[in-house]
Amino acid sequence: MRRGTAAARTAAEWSCVSDVWLIVVLCGSVTIAIKAAGPVLMGGRALPARLASVIGLLGPALLAALVAINTFGAGRALTLDARVLGVGVGVLAIWRRAPVLLVVVLAAAVTAAVRAIAGTA
Amino acid sequence: MDRPRTYLHGVRAVAPLAIAVGGFGISFGVLARSAGMGVVAPIAMSMITFAGSAQFAAISILDAGGTVATAVTAAVLLNARYGPIGLSVAPSLKGGRLSRFLHAQLVVDETWAVASEGGGRFDPRVLVGAGVTLYAAWIAGTAMGVGFGDVLGDPASWGLDAAFPALFLALLFPQLRDRSSWSAAGVGAAVALALTPFTPPGVPIVCASVGCVVGLPRRGRPPSGAA
Repeated sequence: MRRGTAAARTAAEWSCVSDVWLIVVLCGSVTIAIKAAGPVLMGGRALPARLASVIGLLGPALLAALVAINTFGAGRALTLDARVLGVGVGVLAIWRRAPVLLVVVLAAAVTAAVRAIAGTA
Repeated sequence: MDRPRTYLHGVRAVAPLAIAVGGFGISFGVLARSAGMGVVAPIAMSMITFAGSAQFAAISILDAGGTVATAVTAAVLLNARYGPIGLSVAPSLKGGRLSRFLHAQLVVDETWAVASEGGGRFDPRVLVGAGVTLYAAWIAGTAMGVGFGDVLGDPASWGLDAAFPALFLALLFPQLRDRSSWSAAGVGAAVALALTPFTPPGVPIVCASVGCVVGLPRRGRPPSGAA
């Protein structure tokens, strides 16, 4: 329990609490707005053909980027850690046509095992 | 497309990920609590935001003493990819304005990927089944992390952070059907990795979208125009 003047403490807590809720409300609103923009404005209508063929390739482009960043990224750095081995085993499993569930479980299990071994070594 | 897909297909498709998402919800709850957000605010944030990376970024900025403006800017950058992603889903949502708005809120990377039928088409029922499942897992995880995260340990030691790239890879593979999809994927990954050290988190993923332009065949115009 910190002791300060009651007024100062209340003011500090209040500004901190309101910052927290400001972040909660603002982050929520911008996220909701960004997600809604395309479907609300364009929904149900076919995109122009040229745009549609570009957007069709968004899947491979963004999925590959998500794979790369979630495998090698650590904040603003690139690293090689246990995830690489886990995802590598996942690649083998995909190549052997394993179901998605098995791919995901194998990747997590191998990563956890490597971390456990490295941690005790 | 022969047999119609249902909500249950969406639930099944993301079931393996629901555990990982729950695990990350737990770490979010733990971090949010230690950042001084209290009990209710982290859970409220997971309920109205439903975008893990943006939430992590916002609370880490708050924890480091950053301003509200910085935290919100980070959230905008991290979620900017939902602009083009929303545009890609839009033609598949046939309902009214409110229905499209609600469907759009269930779009996150994982649900967007499992609802994809290839060729730019998405199954709204799979999106809803997957979205509701992950939304529930995310909120339940957050509540568990806020409540008793100290007992549960670090999800990284369970290897859950490797579950996400493995899922994205498994979903990427069937989409690699021709030269342009391979180019799009290659450029997307290369751009994302190249920009990671130099730009704030979120920007590399947004810029990876250029992969879909580069992946287009050079002679994309119909031959009828040739004369």
